[in-house]
Amino acid sequence: MAKYILEMDDIVKTFSGVKALDGVDLKVEEGEIHALVGENGAGKSTLMNVLSGVYPHGEYTGDIVFKGETCEFKRLSDSEKKGIVIIHQELALVQFLSVSENIFLGNEQSTKGVIDWGLSNKKAKALLDKVGLKINPQILVAEISVAQQQLVEIAKAMSKEVKLLILDEPTAALNDNDSENLLKLLKEFQKQGITSIIISHKLNEVIDIADKVTIIRDGKTVETLTKDNISEDRIIKGMVGRELTNRFPKRDVEIGETIFEVKNWDVYDETFRDKKKLKNINFHIKKGEVIGIAGLMGAGRTELALSIFGQSFGSKITGEMYKNGNLLKIKSIPEAISNGIAYLSEDRKSAGLNLIQSIRENISIASLDKISKNNIINYGKETKIVEEFREKLNIKSSGISQEVSSLSGGNQQKVAIGKWLLSDPDILFLDEPTRGVDVGAKYEIYSVINEIAAEGKAVCVISSELPEILGMCDRIYAMSEGIFTGEVKNENVTQEELMELMTMNIKEGVS
Amino acid sequence: MQMTKNQTKNKRIASDMLKNILSKYSMVFIFIALLLLFQYLTGGIIFRPLNVTNLILQNAYVLVLALGMLLVVLLGNVDLSVGSVVAFVGAVAGKLMVDMNWNPYIVIPLALIIGGIIGIWNGYWIAYLGIPSFVVTLGGLLMFRGLTQIILGGKTLAPFPEEFQFISSGYFPSLNPGGFHLLSVILGAVITIITIFMLISSRKTKEKNLYEVESMGMFITKMILTIALIMGVTWVLAQYRGYPFVLVILAFLTMIFSFVTKKTTIGRRIYATGGNRKAAQLSGVNTKSLEFWIFVNMGVMSALAGLVLASRLNASTPQAGEGFELDALAAVYIGGASTSGGIGTVLGTIIGALIMGLLNNGMSIMGVGVDWQSAIKGLILIFAVVFDVWNRKRKLKA
Ligand SMILES: Nc1ncnc2c1ncn2[C@@H]1O[C@H](COP(=O)(O)OP(=O)(O)OP(=O)(O)O)[C@@H](O)[C@H]1O
Ligand SMILES: [Mg+2]
Repeated sequence: MAKYILEMDDIVKTFSGVKALDGVDLKVEEGEIHALVGENGAGKSTLMNVLSGVYPHGEYTGDIVFKGETCEFKRLSDSEKKGIVIIHQELALVQFLSVSENIFLGNEQSTKGVIDWGLSNKKAKALLDKVGLKINPQILVAEISVAQQQLVEIAKAMSKEVKLLILDEPTAALNDNDSENLLKLLKEFQKQGITSIIISHKLNEVIDIADKVTIIRDGKTVETLTKDNISEDRIIKGMVGRELTNRFPKRDVEIGETIFEVKNWDVYDETFRDKKKLKNINFHIKKGEVIGIAGLMGAGRTELALSIFGQSFGSKITGEMYKNGNLLKIKSIPEAISNGIAYLSEDRKSAGLNLIQSIRENISIASLDKISKNNIINYGKETKIVEEFREKLNIKSSGISQEVSSLSGGNQQKVAIGKWLLSDPDILFLDEPTRGVDVGAKYEIYSVINEIAAEGKAVCVISSELPEILGMCDRIYAMSEGIFTGEVKNENVTQEELMELMTMNIKEGVS
Repeated sequence: MQMTKNQTKNKRIASDMLKNILSKYSMVFIFIALLLLFQYLTGGIIFRPLNVTNLILQNAYVLVLALGMLLVVLLGNVDLSVGSVVAFVGAVAGKLMVDMNWNPYIVIPLALIIGGIIGIWNGYWIAYLGIPSFVVTLGGLLMFRGLTQIILGGKTLAPFPEEFQFISSGYFPSLNPGGFHLLSVILGAVITIITIFMLISSRKTKEKNLYEVESMGMFITKMILTIALIMGVTWVLAQYRGYPFVLVILAFLTMIFSFVTKKTTIGRRIYATGGNRKAAQLSGVNTKSLEFWIFVNMGVMSALAGLVLASRLNASTPQAGEGFELDALAAVYIGGASTSGGIGTVLGTIIGALIMGLLNNGMSIMGVGVDWQSAIKGLILIFAVVFDVWNRKRKLKA
């Protein structure tokens, strides 16, 4: 009989009448890495919020037994005292505080009420070493990459007495390399006796690292798999409720002439105006084609898309842009949109959605002219269209009036996609379109991309997940440090070759 | 066993609902409580026809400013200069009409244009150069107060021509001179009918468009309260001199602002920008020009408030409008707007303005000194904001 560090039994949690958790059981053994998987909105984050006391005892029913003790946490700090530390899906670092200030936020290292900066920095340094992050603890969080921020979150967790570490989609925003490092770290922690629960939609990771996998669907536990019977197919079947034979839907589209072309595109940085960020970029997309831009974090993929999208990034932009052979002079986002260009942001929380409004307002905001006449909104029309997209994208919600902040992460992403589908663009830039999206929903999003392509439109996918790029794109541009280092046809390239292109040229850099 | 589980669950739902109603309509309850409290404390004076008329005339400026301020706050800004602009515009109008004998029909539009220019000044720095609104309008607060004193040379200018006084001392004519104000009563009846019609049709559109609507009981309660308010006010006013002319201005502004915020794409853009500016920009909202025009609008509304006040006092004085910016901000926050932007309604703002007006008037009747008045209003403002923060946290969890 194994020793359970955590037993959650028959947990039920309702939000204004709707059951998010409907009798979930979760048993975690001491010292294991336990993965929690399920579709978007299945209730994974909610379950972890129940466990950590974000939803206090009394707002849910069911029992939590931690280390043999029945626990009734009233707030987050109660669970932390027991050694349960959670790192949320959306990072919660304060951007304009330093790394060390963030690590000790609420737990300041002080003597007699005065913060001891020397001690803070020294301790922070030690913690950063522990997570393998070589940065100065005094720099601002805003200045480090998302992968580094994720590690800072973990360092922050390690500053407390951790027995059980919970990570809610820690690798969603990371590329393969960074993800791998993070997972190694978890293994490291395991050796030190720390138990972890990890939520992830990247199933290959789950299989790599997890000792056990618990699958939830619609707020109920489906099953818990142990090491020998963990397989991707089995997990998917449990999550979705049926087999998913293909990860990427087939696309059968006639590729036409070039619809969009960018030539000699040069962009300088916004703040450091003599630093070149993008150098001599040339690319084109044909009607019905899906192209991919592959690159590591910091290669300038997002900056490229933004600079094309109404010059919303960069300074001193030079070069030409053609649509159907006509020169486009676009200086603002409204102009870009009215010329049929759309850009799905990689960061839905800070740049993609208005969390305090409902699905309706979020989906229609980029297409207000479609649902209004003389600036007066036609509510009937709006309702019809938005409802259509909610159904088409399968957004799990109580209705189009549900506030976006209360949707699960993956469903928020679908709302952001819906906004741009409604705007009916000719050229669609999708920056990390499936970040935090479950396998089933990914398939749905890919199908939507195929539909757009089939309508004779052009799609450009930017993604850190190489399998996604390889699975979806006809043609791929590799990018490294602001330069395009190669253009390859999908059928002629392997993941390794692509990786090589993406890491090329790094020494020379952009002059 | 099953039974008891269900029962506790039902109880739970009922108590949740009560909490919801209390928090959603809390300011309405506070308004009613204040009415009753002042009715008791002033021995009924507050409901006398003369006083109700005065209450409206004296506090019209709060609503005018608060409506403009609502848009400012929705974008997450503040405008601290409105009180000084009120004084400045009043002073310019006084100078032109009293010293230089200009025609009020020229001065009134001119004053509104001056307000717009002041708005352009504020809006330019804030929207296009990204200077925090707090700083720019704090500068405006000092600057326009100073300019007012320079224009007036420390003196008070009075009296104004009759046409100008009409703004704040004009009434709807009575059909039977000397007697009961029949025309106002008829108007009141018409407004009541229109209100009932609008409430019902708005509920229907909401239902049709998949919005969440309140329960039927709640809806009827809301309707009865609204009708009672309109009819009560009409009845009381009719016993004195009927509907004052400013009420027309107020009703007109309320309708416009309510329409713009709810039914137009401009309203959508305002809420989108207030909720997440970056996301709004990336969705094609021209947030800078939006912000700019909101400050221009605020300038015009301040000028209008300046005219209403000058007309009411029948004088331009150097101290006019002191502290008005806080009355307006308080009304907006009490009305449920969020300090970080993106949340707030015209209806809430009206209730906030009513509460501020009631406090001003009630405490004056009771002879509460200006010092205590200001202390009490400050306290209520803080509670309103604390309540809002607490309420939002609770909602986030539920
Ligand atoms: N505050 C809330 N109010 C109302 N409903 C909520 C709230 N929080 C979560 N929900 C609902 O509960 C369900 C479960 O959400 P949860 O965030 O736990 O999903 P998840 O499994 O973490 O999904 P994802 O993989 O997309 O992150 C969803 O349907 C969501 O809409
Ligand atoms: Mg989640």
